Amino acid sequence: MFGWEFPPHITGGLGTACFGLTKGLAKHGVEALFVVPKAYGDESEEAVRLINASDVEMLTSEESHQKYWEQITFLEVGSNLVPYLTPEEFEKEIIAYKKGKKTKVKRTSAFGEKYQFSGKYGANLLEEVSRYAVVASAIAAENDFDVIHAHDWLTYPAGIAAKAVSGKPLVVHMHATEFDRSGEHVNQTVYDIERKGMEAADRVITVSDWTRAIVIERYGIDPEKVKTVHNAVEPVEKLDPTSYKRHLDEKIVTFLGRITFQKGPEYFIEAAYKVLQRDPNVRFVMAGTGDLMNKMVKRVAQLGISTRFHFTGFLKGDHVDHMFALSDVYVMPSISEPFGISPLEAMRTNVPVVISKQSGVAEVLKYALKIDFWDIDAMADAIYGLLHYPALSNFLKEHGTEEVNALKWENAALKVKDVYEEALNYQEIQYTI
Amino acid sequence: MRSLCLNFQVHQPYRLRTYRFFDIGDDHYYYDDYLNRTIIRRIAEKSYIPANNLLLKLIKELGPKFKVSFSISGIALEQMERFAPEALDGFKKLAKTGSVEFLAETYSHCLASLENKDEFIAQVEKHAAKIEELFGQKPVTFRNSELIYSDHISEIVAEMGYKLMLTEGAKFFLGWKSPNYMYCSAANPKLKLLLRNAQLSDDMAFRFSNTDWSEWPLTADKLAMWLKNMPADQEVVNLSLGYATFGELQNAESGIFEFLKALPGAVLKNSGFSFNTPAELTNTLQPVSAVHVPFPASWADEERDVTAWLGNELQQEAVNKLYVLADRMKGCTDAELLQDWNNLQSSDHFYYMSTKVLSDGAVHALFNPYSTPYEAFINYMNVLSDFTLRLEQMEKEAIPAAKVVEKPKPAQKSKATEKPKATEQPKVAKKSPVKKKTAK
Repeated sequence: MFGWEFPPHITGGLGTACFGLTKGLAKHGVEALFVVPKAYGDESEEAVRLINASDVEMLTSEESHQKYWEQITFLEVGSNLVPYLTPEEFEKEIIAYKKGKKTKVKRTSAFGEKYQFSGKYGANLLEEVSRYAVVASAIAAENDFDVIHAHDWLTYPAGIAAKAVSGKPLVVHMHATEFDRSGEHVNQTVYDIERKGMEAADRVITVSDWTRAIVIERYGIDPEKVKTVHNAVEPVEKLDPTSYKRHLDEKIVTFLGRITFQKGPEYFIEAAYKVLQRDPNVRFVMAGTGDLMNKMVKRVAQLGISTRFHFTGFLKGDHVDHMFALSDVYVMPSISEPFGISPLEAMRTNVPVVISKQSGVAEVLKYALKIDFWDIDAMADAIYGLLHYPALSNFLKEHGTEEVNALKWENAALKVKDVYEEALNYQEIQYTI
Repeated sequence: MRSLCLNFQVHQPYRLRTYRFFDIGDDHYYYDDYLNRTIIRRIAEKSYIPANNLLLKLIKELGPKFKVSFSISGIALEQMERFAPEALDGFKKLAKTGSVEFLAETYSHCLASLENKDEFIAQVEKHAAKIEELFGQKPVTFRNSELIYSDHISEIVAEMGYKLMLTEGAKFFLGWKSPNYMYCSAANPKLKLLLRNAQLSDDMAFRFSNTDWSEWPLTADKLAMWLKNMPADQEVVNLSLGYATFGELQNAESGIFEFLKALPGAVLKNSGFSFNTPAELTNTLQPVSAVHVPFPASWADEERDVTAWLGNELQQEAVNKLYVLADRMKGCTDAELLQDWNNLQSSDHFYYMSTKVLSDGAVHALFNPYSTPYEAFINYMNVLSDFTLRLEQMEKEAIPAAKVVEKPKPAQKSKATEKPKATEQPKVAKKSPVKKKTAK
């Protein structure tokens, strides 16, 4: 299994999903060998054996590698391309990268060298992706396994390389598509990597039918080999709601996520305006940061609702739980969301949610209010309904918590296992023909 | 001779338009006229009109040997008056044949029988008046909305003077007993009960065109044969179904009209059954036993209880918030408010809020304007919020207005001191009957 990150060193949902999945797979007797670009040594290895790509020694003289390198061109990475990074973090990465540019490759012996991956989403991302692929081919040659599973485009070249070396079937996992990240202005390089990965794969796993449709329509992948396996959530101990005190009588409606085009923050603001016109005793919170932040602050000022609409900036760890604990309604107005784990986190904390129909999570939830992201009236109406009709809010809280707790990685992993078996059979058929 | 009793239900609610919270207090029109007109016209054209014509023809041919009964909600009659007068004319013609009985029900096809006795009685009286006005007959048999029945309801129905009531032969109270007899209420044995034969009724209403069904295709001869083969002592079979079965639920291409056309002939010729109206049976059949129904039954869903309308907290909340207004509505004289009060009671509004979408989803989705129960709830509560505000407004206006007439121009000061009294007095007067009612 190739992934880019593994808990606790994660920046987004990808690492958490990989961790949950491997744990689920272990319960069904599937052993996973998990390759990360950089291991820190404190990762949980309860369900997987972790391989640190930075420790793998490469013989630069090997012909196959030489050939591979010739085809690779490096590109500077734009922040848009990086899925789980705030602009501030991105800037830090760039600076760090420029400083340490030359120390990355170090010679460890007379014959080989090791490449020190950052394992982050920095400016040299594409270079790392390519080097990671080279290392992958070495790992594939050394280890014994049945199926190759690559998570998101960053690891697709690695998956392809491993398949070429080992001849084992490849399963690629689409946690997000370039269209979800960038709208219509896709980064062509990333799009190409994604498409090549899926074309080379024996099976493609998508995290929702929403993503599956994009994969089929926008990437032209054979529907036969694309399977949907919805994400799940790891159970957590129940938060003690009394641990966070509410200091305000007003109800709080929350948006939590990156403030980018894809997340639909402007629709949230317009809906807030509608609600506030009827009921001034509500506060709206936009937690997170992103490239549209300034524009959003401006819009809120324009509408004259600044005293009722608050920006918190980026929230980390405890603060996220705190925010959920203070919320009466959680809204996810995403324009295109492959899955969307945050509503599940909100529901787990007993917060009713309003989610856009253009999200994968909408496919698995029954106890959530679903609206089209562009339908501001419906969004406002749903928020108002949750704030004013306690029966609705209570109903969703009660059943929503149960519903989320029933979404187990164990069940998702069983489906993934089926896909592995399909991939193995598929390859057999291909070879016999 | 054994009796076959055909009973057709006709009801269509006033579906609500998309009513947002920002319409509350601003826009007082609640209905989706376009949708309501479209649906009633479609059903009239596909079902009511051809079925009426067919029944008229059959009655003409067979004379008094063929009889049917209808229960048509007041709201459905109103909508036919407005949007489909041809369908209503057909029912009027049927009434004139003398072979058709029109049953009493609640005017708005509502749940008042479960929630508020006075409102229930008012609804039934309003409906009876409408039936008499349109069809020239005073209903003598009662069929509650959705066949909802309980011991408690039977007492009220008997109190209103009805001798016979139709309900579902639900397994949960009937047990091993057959629905094919006349029963009576355990709470008031004077009220006879005619039970629906669910098996045969649903064969027609739901399974008729189902090619996977082992008995498909159902023919009139086959049904007549089944009737004939029933144990000889079973004296009555009540087939009760939605009238839209003919042409809408089962489309014309399924052969449902041919089936209906052939049914009377086949039954009269081979089965040993005659056609009777419920009113006729009231006099001819004696109850074989009393049935005890402590919890309300209906003909809906697998459970045959009232959970289709009151099964979850959303439905309960909406119904409670509606009927809490019942006593305040008694003093209301505003025609528009009364009309809305009536229309908002239709059981359909609560049916749309059902979260039993998984098991009986297909039936619940029928003519349902909402894609989720939550939308149905929010929309209804928005409308109800506006309605409640209007009622409050009316109550406020009614009091000073009355005061002004009595005392044209009192001094400013005395007016100010009198005002609180004026508002309090009627409140007390209105609240006391509320308390009495809950005590009952």
